[in-house]
Amino acid sequence: MNTGELSIYLDNAATTRVDDAVVEAMVTVMREDFGNPSSAHRLGIAAARRLEEARAELARALGAEARDVYFTSGGTEANTIAVRGVAERSRGRHLVVSAIEHPSVLDLARRLGEQGFEVTEVAPDANGVIDVEALERAVRPETAVVTLMMVSNELGTVQPVFEAARRVKQVAPRAHFHVDAVQALGKLPLRVGAGPIDSLAVSAHKIHGPKGAGALWLRRGAAVTPLAVGGGQEQGVRPGTQGMPGIVGLGRAATLAVAALPGAREHLTALRERLLAGVGRVMPTVRPTVDPANAAPHIVSLGFPGVAAEPLLHALEAHGVYVSAGSACAARDKRPSHVLRAVGVPDDVGVLRFSFSRHTTAAEIDQALAALTQALRDL
Amino acid sequence: MSRHAILCRFGEIFLKKGNRPAFVKRLVDNMRDAVAPLGARVERGHGRILVWLPDAAASGLESSDPEPALAALSRVFGLTSLSPVRVVERDLGAITQAALAETRAAIAAWPGKNPPSFKVEARRADKRFLPASPELARQVGGAVFQATGLRVDVHEPDLVVGIEVGYEHAFVYARVIAAPGGLPVGATGKADLLLSGGIDSPVAGWMAMKRGCHLAATYFHSFPYTGDRTKEKVRGLASLLSRWQGGIELRVVPFTAAQKALRDAGEPRLAVVLYRRMMMRVATRLAKERGALALVTGEALAQVASQTLENLTAIEAAAGLLVLRPLIAHDKVETVALARRIGTYDRSIEPYEDACSMFVPEHPEIRARLADVEAVEQRVDIAALAEECVRGTERILCKPTE
Repeated sequence: MNTGELSIYLDNAATTRVDDAVVEAMVTVMREDFGNPSSAHRLGIAAARRLEEARAELARALGAEARDVYFTSGGTEANTIAVRGVAERSRGRHLVVSAIEHPSVLDLARRLGEQGFEVTEVAPDANGVIDVEALERAVRPETAVVTLMMVSNELGTVQPVFEAARRVKQVAPRAHFHVDAVQALGKLPLRVGAGPIDSLAVSAHKIHGPKGAGALWLRRGAAVTPLAVGGGQEQGVRPGTQGMPGIVGLGRAATLAVAALPGAREHLTALRERLLAGVGRVMPTVRPTVDPANAAPHIVSLGFPGVAAEPLLHALEAHGVYVSAGSACAARDKRPSHVLRAVGVPDDVGVLRFSFSRHTTAAEIDQALAALTQALRDL
Repeated sequence: MSRHAILCRFGEIFLKKGNRPAFVKRLVDNMRDAVAPLGARVERGHGRILVWLPDAAASGLESSDPEPALAALSRVFGLTSLSPVRVVERDLGAITQAALAETRAAIAAWPGKNPPSFKVEARRADKRFLPASPELARQVGGAVFQATGLRVDVHEPDLVVGIEVGYEHAFVYARVIAAPGGLPVGATGKADLLLSGGIDSPVAGWMAMKRGCHLAATYFHSFPYTGDRTKEKVRGLASLLSRWQGGIELRVVPFTAAQKALRDAGEPRLAVVLYRRMMMRVATRLAKERGALALVTGEALAQVASQTLENLTAIEAAAGLLVLRPLIAHDKVETVALARRIGTYDRSIEPYEDACSMFVPEHPEIRARLADVEAVEQRVDIAALAEECVRGTERILCKPTE
C-alpha cells in the first residue's frame, strides 16, 4: 500500500537491516572458508580460525573471555540454555523472573512452573523498572535462577542488572543470575566481567547482524545441562556444527556496534528528543508509556489515547513508515500485552513502539512525524 | 507383469441423457488438470475413468506410488470413489495372481490385530468373458483362501477384493477410497464467492464448487484498519480452495473509502447492512465481467446481526445476481466440522481481523427496512463509491501451492 518510494524503518527493536560489511564477512565463510570447523584438514582449520576470531570479537564486545562465549541459534536459545540448563541441574526448586521478561524467558519459567518449580514473578513499577528491593525480597536461599532483562524490548526501560545481581547474591549466594541483553548490546556499555552476573544472552539480528545467530556468555564454573547432545561443539553446551555464516556475522556486527557506541548513544538520544518533541506538536495528548529517563535511547514507546494501535501502524505503513504496535488493537476484544498491562497502560490507549538504529537520521524522524500527522488524519 | 492405475468411479446422479457427454468431458478435463503435474494419464472407459500412473521404472522405483494421484483425485468433484488397481490381461491365471498380490498388500497394511475376513466381487463389462461373474469370484476367492487362509465372509467382509473385466484389460483391487461426489467444477457455470478471512465463506465456496460452480473470489480489504496480514490470510484460503479447482482468481477490493462514507452517512445502526449492500454491488459488477451467474456468501440465518431475514432481504436487494447461501441452514458447529474436513479451519482461525471492529456499531439494526436503507444511501454517491472499488481492484491468481 506504500505508494511512494519512501521507506523509513523505525522498527529496529524487531530486527535490523544487515550491514554490508557483515554480509561480506558472512559470504567469505560460505564461498571460501566453507569447511567444517571440526574437520582435521586445512579447510576445517581455516574455518575453525574464523570461528575463534568471531568468538574473540564477541568476547571483546562483551568484556568477556572468548572461552566463556557459546554460540547459539539466537537469543531465545541462549535464554533457554541458561534458565532451563541451570534450573534442571540445581538443587533449589525456586525461580525468580521479572514480569516484563521476553516470552522466551517468561513462558519458559511458566513451563518450569508446571514441571515442579516454584516461580515468583516480580512486577515492575509504573515506569517499567523492576525495584531491586522487590527482587531481593522475592529471592530465597534456595532460589536456583533469577533472570532480568537488561533493556525491555517493548518499553526500552533499563533494569539495574548489576546492582540487582549484587543484592541477590547477598541473600542467595548460590543463585544463578541470568541477564537477557538482546536489546542492550550495542546500545548501552556492557562489561560482563565487571559484575556478579552469571550468564548473558545476546542476538545478532538486533545489531545489524543476521537472523538465526546469538550467543550465551556463561561465567566460568557455571554448569548447564545442554538442550541437545551431539558432537560436543561449543564445549558441549550447544552441540551441532556451528552455523558459521551467522556466527561470523554476529562477531562482525558486535564489533561494529560496540565501536560505534559512544557516538551512537548521543545520536540515539538526540533522535528520541526530536521524536518526543515532534509528537507533542502533532498530538499533544500523546505520552511516552514510561519515563524516557529510565529507558535506553533507541526504543520509544508512545501511548495514543483513543487511537487504535494497529490501524495507526498500517496508516503509517501506507506512508512508508514502519513501526510496531505495543498493543494489538484498542478494539473491544483485544488487550494490551502483558508488559503494557504491567505498567498500567489503559485499554483505550493505543501504543506504538518506535525503535531506532545508529543509522537512523534526524531527517527520517522529521519525515516520520510528517507521516504521523497525515496518518492520524487518515483514520 | 501387472501395471498400476487408478480406477475412478463417478456418480450416476447427473447422468441425464442430454447432459451426460458434456459432464463426463468436463470431469475428465478436471481430472487431467489434477493429475497432469504428477505425470499421470487419464483414459476414458465404459462407465469408469482410468488414471494410468507414471511408469515406475522410469523414476527408479519398484512400483508406482498411487498416493499422490489418489490425493489429487480425491479433490475432483464428480468422482464418487477411487481404487488403485493392478491392470492385467484378461486371463484367469493373471487375475488370480493379481488378486493374491492385492490381498497380501492389504493384509500387510491391515490396521486391526486380527486378520481381516474377505470376499471377492467380480463384475464384467464385457459379458463375453468367461467364466461369468459369480463363478469368476468363486474361483479367485478359492485361490486366495488356499494361499492365505483368510476367513471368507460374503455378508460383512472386512476386505473386498474386486475384479472388473473390461474389453481390453482386467482390473483387480482391494481398496476403495471415497471421492468427494458432487458435480465437476464448471459443469453448472460460474459463481463468485464473497470471501472473508472467517470460517464460513471458504466453506460456502467449497459447497458451491461441489455443485459444479467454477469460483472466483472477491475480498473487501479495509486498509489501514485491516493490515495486509489479513489479505495474506485470505490469499491462503483462496489457495486452499483452489485445490478443488486448480486455480482461483482472487479480487482484492479497496473498501476503506466506501466503508468510511457509509459509516459516516448518519445511521450507525444501519452501517453493517450498508457495507454488505455495497459489497453486493461491487461483487455483482466483478462477477458479470467474467460471465458468472451467481454470488455465493457464507451467510447463515440469524448467525449474526446482519443475517436476519429482514437484513438479508435488504442486502440481497442490492445484488444484481442470484445469491447462493449454501450455509443458510447450518449451525456453526456443522460449518466448523466441514471447515476442518476441507482443511480451511486452521487458516481461518489465525488471529487477524477481517474488518476492524471500529466499523461495527455497538447496537446494529437487526430488522432493517429497505426504504430506510435506501434513504440513507441517497446521502452518498453510491455509484461513484462502487466505481472506485471496482477500479482499484487488484487481481491475484491463487494456485494450490500451500
